Amino acid sequence: MCLSIPSKVVKIDKEKATAVVDTMGVQREVGIDFIENEVKIGDYVLIHIGFAMNIISEEEALASIETYKEILALMDKEERQKAILEGDRCDGGGSA
Amino acid sequence: MNLTLKNLYDDFRDPKTIRALAELIHQESEGLERPVNIMEVCGGHTHTIMKYGLKQLLPEKIRFIHGPGCPVCIMPKERIDHAYILARQPDVILVTLGDMIKVPGSRGSLQQARSEGADVRFVYSPLDALKIARENPGKSVIFFAIGFETTTPMTAALIRRAEDLGVKNLLYHINHVTVPEVMRELIDSRDEHIDSYNNRIDAFIGPSHVSVIAGAKIYREFPERYGRPVVVSGFEPVDVMEGVLMLVRQFTQGRRELEIQYKRSVTMEGNLAAQRQIDEVFEKRGLFKWRGLGNIPHSALKLLEAYAHLDAEKVYAEILPVEEIEDHKLCICGDILRGMAEPTECQVFGTACTPSKPLGSCMVSSEGACAAYYKYGDLLK
Amino acid sequence: MKKCITLAQGNGGAENHALIKELFWRHLGNDILDRGEDAAVLKALERPAFTTDSFTVSPLFFPGGDIGKLSVCGTCNDLAMMGAQPRYLSLSVVIEEGFEVRSLEKIVRSLKKELALNDALVVSGDTKVVPRGSVDGLFITTSGIGELQGEGIGIKAIRPGDAIIVSRDIGRHGAAIFAAREGMELESALESDCASLWPQVAALLEAGIQPHALRDATRGGLAAVLNEWAEANALCIEIDEEEIPISDEVRGICELLGFEPAFLANEGTFVLALDPADVPLALEILEAFPGGEAAMRIGEVKGEYPGKVVLNSPWGTRRFLDWPTGELLPRIC
Repeated sequence: MCLSIPSKVVKIDKEKATAVVDTMGVQREVGIDFIENEVKIGDYVLIHIGFAMNIISEEEALASIETYKEILALMDKEERQKAILEGDRCDGGGSA
Repeated sequence: MNLTLKNLYDDFRDPKTIRALAELIHQESEGLERPVNIMEVCGGHTHTIMKYGLKQLLPEKIRFIHGPGCPVCIMPKERIDHAYILARQPDVILVTLGDMIKVPGSRGSLQQARSEGADVRFVYSPLDALKIARENPGKSVIFFAIGFETTTPMTAALIRRAEDLGVKNLLYHINHVTVPEVMRELIDSRDEHIDSYNNRIDAFIGPSHVSVIAGAKIYREFPERYGRPVVVSGFEPVDVMEGVLMLVRQFTQGRRELEIQYKRSVTMEGNLAAQRQIDEVFEKRGLFKWRGLGNIPHSALKLLEAYAHLDAEKVYAEILPVEEIEDHKLCICGDILRGMAEPTECQVFGTACTPSKPLGSCMVSSEGACAAYYKYGDLLK
Repeated sequence: MKKCITLAQGNGGAENHALIKELFWRHLGNDILDRGEDAAVLKALERPAFTTDSFTVSPLFFPGGDIGKLSVCGTCNDLAMMGAQPRYLSLSVVIEEGFEVRSLEKIVRSLKKELALNDALVVSGDTKVVPRGSVDGLFITTSGIGELQGEGIGIKAIRPGDAIIVSRDIGRHGAAIFAAREGMELESALESDCASLWPQVAALLEAGIQPHALRDATRGGLAAVLNEWAEANALCIEIDEEEIPISDEVRGICELLGFEPAFLANEGTFVLALDPADVPLALEILEAFPGGEAAMRIGEVKGEYPGKVVLNSPWGTRRFLDWPTGELLPRIC
């Protein structure tokens, strides 16, 4: 899949074009050849075979997470309504 | 809210979100007039779909066709033989990525070459090849480069870094392949076969890490010229489910578009610095043979003429065979990749062909469709 | 200059004897070993269990242990997994010419420390020195005899309805070794789980728990143990994937290199099959040991897919957990 995983930049060495990144407590040096002009400490990057491929957009990641929260909230609401409706039907059935 | 690394993992594997998206896909699919065949081009998506059992969550109307996007699986035997022969040269150290270890050519795998005494090193990063070359100045170190657009810039960076350091004993055998050409081939070649709703590729889930580098723009032709929607989607289960939902919505709303689901990492333009570095060292090949699919024009890269002296294919041209080798007769990988057959329909699946002794390309890496079916099973609820 | 092992020290003569006496006997000496006979004469055990294992590991010293500790834990744990208390070990060491004496001493000290934890003795030993390049530093083989304390523990005692427990978080040894390998250049606080398991097993038995089967999840990891159990009994083991305890660091290494935690080796983690009624007490006991706070009930034995291990995902899908195959290497795809 072109295995590639998010990591956090903790140190940058512009001279060597490398950065140290942290993946859940595991640190490794990676090449920043493709992002060296933009990358900052604290950025999230995708790591592929010892190189950072890009800088992950925090804004877009948060927007996606927000969308999923909204979907869940909406579905919760629908489910609750469905449960209430079904409850009503049951009562109706009992009295008929 | 501040983004944490945990968000980037857990929120895109969240069980509730996966279930909710499945529910939305079910609702949306009611509006589909006929089944939709979605090709997930990339082996990473195949892996996600099988590992997380996503197929089991989808309505029958949504079918997956498992595509050719696994750089190891599609490597033809001829190229593996090159690696095998190069590795067995005296004073050669063959360096490649771990995925290549068990891929069988006609003479054997690199693992076998190593057990027969060849100096084969499996590394995590191409930069390790540079280290090995500097530590072994008396040897020729050949980096056997594999991978799609995602991996190509790393080889370019290796070449540039070696040049800057004046390392002369590092050569390259380039097997980098590109995605759009094979997608085009899969649509075009369909006409030669019996066309039916069962094997028509209706839409694509676009490989995402390829697009981190090359940009989503490389898939524009599919909606525009072929009327096939493409959604570039991430590899986490939530990403894949959302990608499927976006595709289904395109069908129910009568749209044929290129969309990006994986917006946190993919832009339309991609990583321009990486693209520039690729162009500085590579150019397109006229023809490249894909295992199971045959020759596909312009579907791979080679080193520019200026780097001919570092091109192992040229430097060792005399000892590298050029004749074609046929795929195994019973193997139906080509049909599987074209969406005309399921892995389980193959006569040799799980018997003569297993992940530890693969006959065909789809069984080679855990990303191949057959290997994923073999490993994870296709369990329905 | 550093003192190094020479071929002469494996010659069977004076230098050889000096090495054995000054290094091995000095640290590992006991009444039986000190006699210096060709064979150890032991008091008969009522129900002896016997096992052997060879140890090679690279690097020899890794975070959380070394080959010395490993070679005691490995053999003692094999005994413990049958419910046998480790008693006597044999120790056979093949050393590469040029090996640093200081490192060897460190390894022997760590052997000694781990033996004490098991209350076991080395009663017989052998040392060979081989030319440079014949072995990778040092290979160790240990055999062990233990005394059965538990009743009826074994693969065949597993039955439908049994609960499956794992004694702590998985994959630490495999991940720590891989991270420590040359060329990986990974930094982390991760340590191998390498540890002796008899104390845990003894505590379980003392509390009156009768496990049906125990197995330390060494090479092949959790996946190999579960597949072995399922296959041997033609039963299906169903595991709830989200219940499998995995530390952040192991997860990080697995994400980075494309590994499955369930395929990674452990050296101080075991899997239990037992009566579901025993689960709460077993977990309470395991939790008192280092790392045991992560002990979990992860699944149960069923019959739907005989011989297979099925993973249930929290979103309601299922898949097989297969045997691990091939060499463990980082992958790009």
